[in-house]
Amino acid sequence: MIREAAQVSSTGRSNVAAPEKVIFEHSRRGRTASAQIPAAQRPTDLPQNLLRTDRPLLPEVSELQAVRHFTRLSQLNFSIDTHFYPLGSCTMKYNPRACNSLAMLPEFLARHPLAPESHGQGYLACMFELQEMLKDVTGMQGVSLTPMAGAQGELTGVAMIIAYHRARRNLERNEIIVPQAAHGTNPATATMCGCTLREVPCGADGDVDLEALKAAVGPRTAGIMLTNPSTLGVFERRIVEVATVVHEAGGLLYYDGANLNAILGKVRPGDMGFDVIHMNLHKTFSTPHGGGGPGSGAVGVGNRLLPFLPVPVVGREDDRYRWLDEKDLPQSIGRLSGFMGNAGVLLRAYVYMRMLGREGMTRVAEYATLNANYMLARLIAAGFDAAYPERRASHEFIITLKRQAREQGVSAMDFAKRLLDYGFHAPTTYFPLLIPECLLIEPTESEALEDLDAFVDAMIAIGEEAQVEPAKVQGAPYHLPVRRLDDVRAAKQLDLVWKPAA
Amino acid sequence: MPFIPHTDADVRTMLDAIGARRIDDLFDEIPAALKSGPLDGLPLAVNEMDITRIMHERAARDGMPLNFIGAGAYEHHIPAAVWAVTTRGEFYSAYTPYQAEASQGTLQTIYEYQTMMASLTAMEVSNASLYDGASALAEACLMAVRANRKSKVSRILLPASLNPTYRKVARTIAGLQEFTFDEVPYDAATGNIRVESLAAFDAQDITALVIQQPNFFGVLEDVDELTRWARGNGTFIIAVVNPTSLALLKPPGKWGDNGVDIVCGEGQPLGVPLSSGGPYFGFMTTRMAHVRQMPGRIVGRTLDLDGRPGFTLTLQAREQHIRRGKATSNICTNQGLLMTAATIYLTLLGPAGLERVASASHERTQELVRALTRIPGVRAKFSGPRFHEAVIALDGPAADVLAALAERGIMGGLDLGALHAELGDAVLVCATETKTTADINAYATALADVLKSARAA
Repeated sequence: MIREAAQVSSTGRSNVAAPEKVIFEHSRRGRTASAQIPAAQRPTDLPQNLLRTDRPLLPEVSELQAVRHFTRLSQLNFSIDTHFYPLGSCTMKYNPRACNSLAMLPEFLARHPLAPESHGQGYLACMFELQEMLKDVTGMQGVSLTPMAGAQGELTGVAMIIAYHRARRNLERNEIIVPQAAHGTNPATATMCGCTLREVPCGADGDVDLEALKAAVGPRTAGIMLTNPSTLGVFERRIVEVATVVHEAGGLLYYDGANLNAILGKVRPGDMGFDVIHMNLHKTFSTPHGGGGPGSGAVGVGNRLLPFLPVPVVGREDDRYRWLDEKDLPQSIGRLSGFMGNAGVLLRAYVYMRMLGREGMTRVAEYATLNANYMLARLIAAGFDAAYPERRASHEFIITLKRQAREQGVSAMDFAKRLLDYGFHAPTTYFPLLIPECLLIEPTESEALEDLDAFVDAMIAIGEEAQVEPAKVQGAPYHLPVRRLDDVRAAKQLDLVWKPAA
Repeated sequence: MPFIPHTDADVRTMLDAIGARRIDDLFDEIPAALKSGPLDGLPLAVNEMDITRIMHERAARDGMPLNFIGAGAYEHHIPAAVWAVTTRGEFYSAYTPYQAEASQGTLQTIYEYQTMMASLTAMEVSNASLYDGASALAEACLMAVRANRKSKVSRILLPASLNPTYRKVARTIAGLQEFTFDEVPYDAATGNIRVESLAAFDAQDITALVIQQPNFFGVLEDVDELTRWARGNGTFIIAVVNPTSLALLKPPGKWGDNGVDIVCGEGQPLGVPLSSGGPYFGFMTTRMAHVRQMPGRIVGRTLDLDGRPGFTLTLQAREQHIRRGKATSNICTNQGLLMTAATIYLTLLGPAGLERVASASHERTQELVRALTRIPGVRAKFSGPRFHEAVIALDGPAADVLAALAERGIMGGLDLGALHAELGDAVLVCATETKTTADINAYATALADVLKSARAA
């Protein structure tokens, strides 16, 4: 029997954390965390006209007040460590603690990014091996670890495609094809790269409409951006035909690695015909999401794009590792970050991959897919509608609540908010945009059967509430630090910084 | 199976519910010819104990040398509480706060961060952070083109005294969209830009002028005069600043007569470890008038159904998941964890503490420059006022000198030879509050020794 989270708190009191004052409201003039303040005199050798004359608005609190405030704030969050978090397309799997603690060894933390290679052989060895492992697991010929997030990996990928065409004096190829179901970052990336966009529809079965694709490609085609399995949660079965159509038209194929977790060790993007991919190390390789970053969007390329990889890349000569830069890769698209991307995140991905090893990679896809298909089967059995009932789920799947919205007036957002009351983070809602009233559900391989069951039971319970008392679902959540927030007010009466009462 | 909880009985139950015989049947939609064989190139799994040993060995190989390199990444003391709290699972393993009710901790932290950064830079609004300082400048250039409606071109002036990597990154990212970047020279004696050198661009359509304060050489720019020139020319001003310095130096919102348009920079000095270059975070603040042109996440305070205050992502109509191809940027994350660390850092330091860190860093750098320039053949390169970083000129090959120092466990600074050949044998050095007089003397003694043996050889 599933209950609302507030009713099952083992301590017998409500587990709703109390709201926490804004830090500035804890502030008292003259209070300090004095153990953190070094001795120094205000300098007298700086030009007077270049000095600050007012005090910045920073909190004045004790160390305990600071620690308590941010600890309390943390307790207002749902997270993987505290809640099942089946957010579709985000791969919220367990982030092993060893990945964090080993990336934070004092020597790694203290290493300056511009320190010489003589004092970085340990770090560089990890990076070199990470590049090699990522090449192998994706079937690509070269990897650059510098992109700092998936979106920057995308930018890198499209920039390399354009650089490739330019290098071949193919100046007119600047059209990027994206399927209708693509992540919003794909079209936004194409625009940032100065490309024009061309959308192709998906068929009723969820696969790309091959005829529409054939009609879309031509002498202006730079490439296509694809996610496989697609954002619809199904494997693009005619991927070989898609690759042939695009390649024969002179374009290149870009693989958006958002869903790599679904196929890890089962099928490699390089073998599917992709020329370039980005990997979300914060999804597939379990580096933290951190409340919205840091991500890490390493890119892999086939032979054609090797010369264009962003620098720096780690190379090995004899038994020494060194940075390869613009001198080694004169056709490189250049640099994307001040130093080496999200270097410490890369260490976390390295530790994770070593702990998984060869067999572990394949098991990721297997158990992620098992979990998704099990949840789908149970939800269908309970009377929920799958968006693609004829298709095998990949590592995620879509439930559409169109019927519930029509019959009971209870929307996908209402279900999502009510799930929070039951102690589950909501799945992704209203994405992909193609499917009305949808929930995109991705359990990941690290969740146990009983947690999957508990989620399904909560969905069933909410479905019953929707029939009996729809207003209850529509008004959710009730047991969180705040109830539903007024987004219109937030955008109209902008309150983006705290100001002291006048 | 690492990080997979399934028992054999679980698997049986689940396959039965699905109606499949084996897990492999679940991959029946993948064409057989595409399926990969065993991943022979990957190493076999190691357990936590073994990977711990490997990582400790590798970390030890890199050691803990005495560091005097800055150049955009600064070694400051980080209070123990910063990362103890930041790495709590509730911050570490949460996603982007799309479900606001379940993410109030992250959202309120961002709101507090936005308040601190806006105040530190003396601007009206801040975003929730960007990837890093260099990419933040690239985004600022793109934003300036959107926001400066007087300008009909995409033309940006970059000083030669700007961090050269920032220039490269701006070219990589903004350069994808037909940008023109012109260079403004610096004065060889002072090391900063003379406002007269902007005369060449008078009355031209220039979208934005970038001003870095302190500049890459640690020299202070005459920000008021440069800002006034740009304002008079219809040119936006993009300030690139070190956030620690703003405890002492005039914030960009006060430069010239009415401040700059966009401020960005590297947030790493605020509680983020050096860590081989990342993860860091970029910050960006601007005027309220330009908020809709700003890239990245923004959090606003609003009310819930019961009229209680709460926090939510706002102005999302600028963003890629709504606007797709017409978004302000393809960015869909901030550097949440680093932003969290910085907010805790600034809270622990407070206005007095941050000013002391800035003062101590400056004091230490000045002490370092005095100690090093007492050595024959070593002199300060520039005469302009400096803050917390300096260029020293050597009478021997800088690369060899630095290599010899590294052998003694001293990271003596950044060799500017590859980046600024015109400076000859020059090294960019920095000392923060973490360096003692004994550290500085150790460096000076080693340098004197190395130079002496170089002359003898």
